[in-house]
Amino acid sequence: MWEYTDKVREHFLNPRNVGEVEDPDGVAEVGSIACGDALKLTFKLDENKRIKEAMFKTFGCASAIATASALTEMIKGLTLEEAEKITNQHIAEYLGGLPQEKMHCSVMGREALEKAIDHYRGRPSKAEEGEVVCHCFGITDKEIERAVLENNLATVEDVTNYTKAGGGCASCHEAIEELIRKVRGRMESQPPPRPALSNIKKIRMIEETIDREIRPSLKLDGGDIELVDVIGNRVLVATRGMCASCQAADRTLKLFVETKLRELVWPDLVVEEVAS
Amino acid sequence: MKTVYLDNNATTQLAPEVIEAMMPYLSDFFGNPSSMHSFGGQVAAKVREAREQCAALIGCSPDEIIFTSCGTESDNAAIRSALTVQPEKRHIVTSRVEHPAVRALCADLATRGYRVTELPVDASGHLDMDQYRESLTPDTAVVSLMWANNETGVIFPVEKAAELARERGILFHTDAVQAVGKIPIDLRANAIDMLSISGHKLHAPKGIGILYVRKGTRFSPFLIGGHQEKGRRGGTENTPGIIALGKACELAAQHMEDENTRVKQLRDHLESELLRLIPNSRVNGDAVARLPNTSNISFEFVEGESILLMLNEYGICASSGSACTSGSLQPSHVLRAMGVPFTMAHGSIRFSLSIYNTREEIDFVIEKLPPIIETLRRLSPYWTAGDQVCTAQ
Repeated sequence: MWEYTDKVREHFLNPRNVGEVEDPDGVAEVGSIACGDALKLTFKLDENKRIKEAMFKTFGCASAIATASALTEMIKGLTLEEAEKITNQHIAEYLGGLPQEKMHCSVMGREALEKAIDHYRGRPSKAEEGEVVCHCFGITDKEIERAVLENNLATVEDVTNYTKAGGGCASCHEAIEELIRKVRGRMESQPPPRPALSNIKKIRMIEETIDREIRPSLKLDGGDIELVDVIGNRVLVATRGMCASCQAADRTLKLFVETKLRELVWPDLVVEEVAS
Repeated sequence: MKTVYLDNNATTQLAPEVIEAMMPYLSDFFGNPSSMHSFGGQVAAKVREAREQCAALIGCSPDEIIFTSCGTESDNAAIRSALTVQPEKRHIVTSRVEHPAVRALCADLATRGYRVTELPVDASGHLDMDQYRESLTPDTAVVSLMWANNETGVIFPVEKAAELARERGILFHTDAVQAVGKIPIDLRANAIDMLSISGHKLHAPKGIGILYVRKGTRFSPFLIGGHQEKGRRGGTENTPGIIALGKACELAAQHMEDENTRVKQLRDHLESELLRLIPNSRVNGDAVARLPNTSNISFEFVEGESILLMLNEYGICASSGSACTSGSLQPSHVLRAMGVPFTMAHGSIRFSLSIYNTREEIDFVIEKLPPIIETLRRLSPYWTAGDQVCTAQ
């Protein structure tokens, strides 16, 4: 039996946003019934070009369903530029992790998202470029190279876990090894790009920064601050103690808290106060 | 939550009588049956009795029984022995739907200079006997065909196949792990040379198996060591396991009729109700030439692992031939060999019953499964609710 996290189980048993958005702005279908899983993602934008509604239909195992459900929750409220930054690792982390053998479900989620955004923008999908390497599952060299690069994969087994490539007749294993060597050779000759922060890492870094740099100063005035949530670039906090009733709290948030967090965590974040 | 256990082709619960029979040999009577003292000797007597009980179930002589550790060991021992005693022959005949214990072994042997013929099966899971006959050559050392398929329950005509092999001087082995205890077997009346049994499929514990080797069949041991099992399988006997298996064989003979009447009716009830209540479902494998306890049903446009995990929420245990549960990324090799379409293969569920199942349990599954399939079909992009039409292939 797979060891699924409680969150995977919960999203599987109570999937969010099942169905198809009416009159959608973006549509994508990835996977196929022959491959054993498939995902149809639809979304609609609001007047500010943020994703207002996102819905899915999935044929597949528990983790495929949970991944799609999580993805629709993650992208709601985001601009397409923000949504584009979601990687398969982010989706897996949102669910508290996936078994290695099931990482391909998270990759399928990311592919669907990207394809739906491409559809909205009227661009051909990136995934459709490239040459098919794994004929059993119809996986291209581009898809394999990308999975290796983004997830730092080292073996054919890794590639199979993340893309399914090589999981059928095994005749493409040499070609996959060649692709791994090629990509890893490139990775070693160039410094790796700064990895995008996942939500879990963001939360951890924000909490550490609050603890170390922010809370001690606020405490001097009898105030406190608490992290409520992180949604895309929005860092939602609640103020406590003296800060909650202080007239200058707004200024404190913007000038002090936001500046500090932007400096130490990531530069594009926006701090917002929510009612506690 | 109560467990409804319908996964008896995977493993079975120990019969209470079996536990009772074996327990003293785990505690008080721990002697070695090979010892010269009567403390060990009394265990040897009990092992002898167990050997007779096992022989009685399959209609052979007690000295044709070799106790092993599992079905896989028995399969390995049989096929490797057949090759060792006939070094001039380099050809093996088997089928595409064998258990991995035979299939993976043959695949390995194929990389070591042996020629392996994997016979195909038709849509109902059957062999083409003409094709089988044609596959037998003067170079063929051994045929290994399963008696009954673990996934579909389909029964191969192994007795006929064994005769054809014997006429040509070819050794015949059958993996009868799923068949023994479920259908009558009489080795006095057929030409089978070697047959594998696994204890835990018939209410004995894991870790005990049998290889039957017909008297007069040349045999080369798989485990070389002491003189146990008349030198045919070295290693101190698993005495509690052997005694348990003896008891389990005796019980299986007693329950054979129940298995083929009441259990079969329960299986048929489960199957016909599920097919009636769930559209786009079908049985995989021949409906007639089949074990009385097994039902392999496909539910179109949904995926097996999801079905299993939702059944699990109700304590219902079954298994699936879908890719996500097969440990590979492709659906079961058995269903693929039968040409089951992908839309069906990924949504296959195997229910395998035992004499311990009740009508209430079966009715519970009949109540719980249809809404599960409906829920998953609502999630499936290939399913259009209402008109029940597939929108994509």
